[in-house]
Amino acid sequence: MEDNLVFEYVVSREDFTRAGEASADVKKKLKALGVPSGVVRRVSIALYEGEINMVVHAYGGNITVEITSDKIIMLLKDKGPGIPDVEKAMQEGFSTASDSVRALGFGAGMGLPNMKKCSDRMDISTTIGVGTEIKMEVDL
Amino acid sequence: MIDKFFHSVSLDVDLCKGCINCIKHCPTDAIRVREGKASINSKFCIDCGECIRICPHHAKTARYDRIDVINKHKYNIVLTPPSLYGQFNNLDDVNIVLNALLLLGFDEVFEVSAAAEIVSEITRKYIAQHKEDCPLISTACPTIIRLIRTRFPNLLCHLLPIKPPVEIAAEMALERAIQKTGLPREEIGITFITPCPSKVAYIKSPLGIKKSEIDYAVAIKDIYPLLLPFMKEVDSASMNDLVETGRIGIGWGESGGEALGILRDDYLAADGIHNCIRVLEDLEDEKISDLSFIELNSCDGGCVGGTLTVENPYLAAAKLKKLRKYMPIAVTHLDESLEGELAWDENVEYEPVFKLGENMKESMLKMARIEKLEKKLPGLDCGSCGAPTCRLLAEDIVRGEASKKDCIYYLKEGVQKYIEEINIVSKGMLLGNNEKQVAALQQYIVEASQKIFNEHYGDQMEYSEGEDYDD
Repeated sequence: MEDNLVFEYVVSREDFTRAGEASADVKKKLKALGVPSGVVRRVSIALYEGEINMVVHAYGGNITVEITSDKIIMLLKDKGPGIPDVEKAMQEGFSTASDSVRALGFGAGMGLPNMKKCSDRMDISTTIGVGTEIKMEVDL
Repeated sequence: MIDKFFHSVSLDVDLCKGCINCIKHCPTDAIRVREGKASINSKFCIDCGECIRICPHHAKTARYDRIDVINKHKYNIVLTPPSLYGQFNNLDDVNIVLNALLLLGFDEVFEVSAAAEIVSEITRKYIAQHKEDCPLISTACPTIIRLIRTRFPNLLCHLLPIKPPVEIAAEMALERAIQKTGLPREEIGITFITPCPSKVAYIKSPLGIKKSEIDYAVAIKDIYPLLLPFMKEVDSASMNDLVETGRIGIGWGESGGEALGILRDDYLAADGIHNCIRVLEDLEDEKISDLSFIELNSCDGGCVGGTLTVENPYLAAAKLKKLRKYMPIAVTHLDESLEGELAWDENVEYEPVFKLGENMKESMLKMARIEKLEKKLPGLDCGSCGAPTCRLLAEDIVRGEASKKDCIYYLKEGVQKYIEEINIVSKGMLLGNNEKQVAALQQYIVEASQKIFNEHYGDQMEYSEGEDYDD
């Protein structure tokens, strides 16, 4: 539908200071649209977790956020090692983050579970050695 | 939406030169320059005073009461903020300030810091009883409440619903005055010596309470020169001991002071409006956990950094540290029978002032237009159009408050095209018969276009690019 709003973001590799730019921008836009505050909260938390994952576990990537009249669709595509065991990765507290990442306060193993919790639908498709694609939808 | 709020921050139109300093520094993007003068959008303004700080022409001012309110009533009470004590050199006893205020003409003086000690106590209790609302956000800085009310609806539940010290001080002082004098309320005047415009706005349009008991606000910078001679007159050997505050109360004058008063270490204290916004964004994104309390002060350094103070905020804070060194921890304590009266009596509701349209559909259409427009603008954020950024000009255009022609790059493009066209037309005319007539016409057109060009750019900028098209 041409009425939909589409925003594209690039997540750069190994740059923690910039991770969160996409979610901050989306949050601002959703507030300007008058999206209910609970939805704004869920979208920005899910997207921020996703952005961090793209920096921590992959080598950056692209985010596309589409806003339609009834939902918000977030597509996160990274170039990276992929997730060997998605089921395990979805468990709370499970993390493969390195010590240096943990030292920064990340890698608590809550990323994917939080993303799932905050979205109404989440699909993960991952290819080892190529990258991961996550689609999240939050209904309005 | 009709704006029902009183704002202290205002503009002196005569002094405004229409420069872009204020629009670039406003944390809520509330200011635009239109027709050569700044104008403040009162729906967005949170009275932080950043524009007052930055304006090189002193065109941004704060509205507050003149000093003659001292004698307006039969019995006049003055409320002193701890930030006031940080303004003076070598002050070693708060009593000197308090006694000088009596010599200046006030009938009674009451320290806001005394009420602050009560708020510290009740905050400790509130934190213990409301774990689910933690981290609680301090509500002593009215600008912070206004910011959260318009930008962070998810965080309204974290606001500490306790009256600010200045209000509790007014109530306590009033009760004391009525008991002492037997006068009716209207014959008693309550004046607060304010460090900032935000508190003035609070007094006129409070949030969290229906009405403030405070009648007037005078600026620290106005009372400071008047007070100095009286402070010299105070005889420290025979002056009255009026101080009812300890270290906790005095500490409230600077950033981190309120948080120290909760006697816990799981807190965060931020000062400066932009830093506060960052903290609130992080709290909203649930990046902050395991904290009980968040102290936020809009001004750098806390209340000592208010725009109506005279001293450098960091020097003032150093002076407060020295002043309170030998004071007791706290002097004024919570009277539990009055606990119920210290809570807010009104909810603070979300005001979605930044919303683009009346409904989602309208907002989406507007945002799509903004995105499209933004791509056509130069992206330099030069501010010459009167909006802080190209993005905000695009937003203003879509809201119907500005035009694309306000962008000088866009205008320049248009004028250049115009000159080119005129040159082509005039060259065509040269091929005609009556050469003299055509030359005169060409001359006229070139002059006219140059005039239009100069009008757009002003005479101070003699722009000669038109000549490039002559040959």
